[in-house]
Amino acid sequence: MKEDGMQYLMLIHQGDTPTPFDQEAWGRLSPEEQQQIYADYQALNQTPGVTPGLGMQPPELATTVRVQDGKTLTTDGPFVSVKEALGGYFVFEADDLDAAIELASRVPAARLGGAVEVRPVVEY
Amino acid sequence: MPITLEQVFRDEWGRVLASLIGFLGDFDLAEEAAQEAFALAAERWPRDGPPESPRAWLATTARNRAIDRIRRDRTLAAKTRLLEVPEATEDEMDETTIPDERLELIFTCCHPALELDAQVALTLRTLGGLTTEEIARAFLVPQETMAKRLVRAKKKIAAAGIPFRVPPSHQLPDRLAAVLAVVYLVFNEGYGGRGDLAAEALRLGGALAELLPDEPEVHGLVALMLLNDARREARFADGELVLLRDQDRALWDGERIAAGRRSLDRALALGGRGPYALQAAIAALHVEDPLDWPRVAALYAELAALTGSDVVELNRAAALAEGGDVEAALALADGLDLDRYHYLHATRAELLRRLGRVDEARDAYDRALALVHAESERRFLERRRAELGAP
Repeated sequence: MKEDGMQYLMLIHQGDTPTPFDQEAWGRLSPEEQQQIYADYQALNQTPGVTPGLGMQPPELATTVRVQDGKTLTTDGPFVSVKEALGGYFVFEADDLDAAIELASRVPAARLGGAVEVRPVVEY
Repeated sequence: MPITLEQVFRDEWGRVLASLIGFLGDFDLAEEAAQEAFALAAERWPRDGPPESPRAWLATTARNRAIDRIRRDRTLAAKTRLLEVPEATEDEMDETTIPDERLELIFTCCHPALELDAQVALTLRTLGGLTTEEIARAFLVPQETMAKRLVRAKKKIAAAGIPFRVPPSHQLPDRLAAVLAVVYLVFNEGYGGRGDLAAEALRLGGALAELLPDEPEVHGLVALMLLNDARREARFADGELVLLRDQDRALWDGERIAAGRRSLDRALALGGRGPYALQAAIAALHVEDPLDWPRVAALYAELAALTGSDVVELNRAAALAEGGDVEAALALADGLDLDRYHYLHATRAELLRRLGRVDEARDAYDRALALVHAESERRFLERRRAELGAP
């Protein structure tokens, strides 16, 4: 409820969404569907207010690091389960949460079995 | 009858607070300032007499208090992003210059990014003017829990940028449905016995009908609440639930029923065929004598098509049976996916009993008894089962 703009970190969780990282699942989509997904992401990146994030490799390739009693513990995989892990992100500068929700609903992952978490950025 | 301070506060709190939030953009600051203004009124009005326009006095006083506070604390001014602190006005604002922003406020409070419990609490606190303690008592949670819930919700509104505005038309249907759900939830909490909450829901519904006069579902909800509330006194006798057909009609509130019918007519005239308008139409048929069961069943069919709810279909089955078509009612009930729902089995038991299929009826009562929780309903089912005699 602020007068000026807000910044949101838009966190994309792929969940069950088919992605090109899983060729088998991706291959079950028709070429039209695949093209539509690329086109939608491109449109998102070109939306005014959007700062695209860096491309992320899939959560399967993550390494999780903890330190216990001064000892570094390294494990294979993401901190949460693979399905719950972060798949991508971008920053959106908008008037309010409603604008961010509308944009989030246009992220392909949101309709393909994943979800978008809209997180406000701390402003100092 | 002279208007009491309490009445003025009840009527004005929501409007005064809404305009303050709209002006300040800060829930907490607005609430504190409103509280100060109302406290000052409670102190001065009995002594000096009430001002000509209580609303304008409260709004002006609260606004000036808030501005004073911002001046005293410039860091707060930075936080609330008021770049220029307006001058406190000595003159009272004209009543017409105070914007009515209750609608903006209720859409903020009932935003789907807040959890439902918080939406309800925030609506009652800001628009209803109930204290945190009153809300906590009404929902049977510790006051501290309720206070935390409210603080968290207000923090999210500010930090996540939940807007203070009436949603644009493409979002309005969904968002209005959320608002109506909150009001109806408050009503149903009150309908279970806490009458003050039902009255609060009726007040909120009335305000919505005034602010959104062309929305059929708003009038539908108001009609539904009025028609149900009219039968409140007759629903319980000595703590036991009384079924509609056994209710003492002298205890029904005729004025409420008439008001409910007027709201229903308004909803229907606006083309209302939504879930609230349909439920209100069904409720209106229920206070008629004799009851037109085939029409009730037809309305339930329309409602079921709209909501896809098997519970509504079960109600349709009961209406079909009351209308005389017990076979069709049983066939409908048998096709429903409600195996864990005791009313399904209780309804089936009644239908089987009417058809003379005693053994099957007894089994159905047993299924219902295995699932029922409320003690009064258990006694009722046991009584009905015993009437069938021993196997």
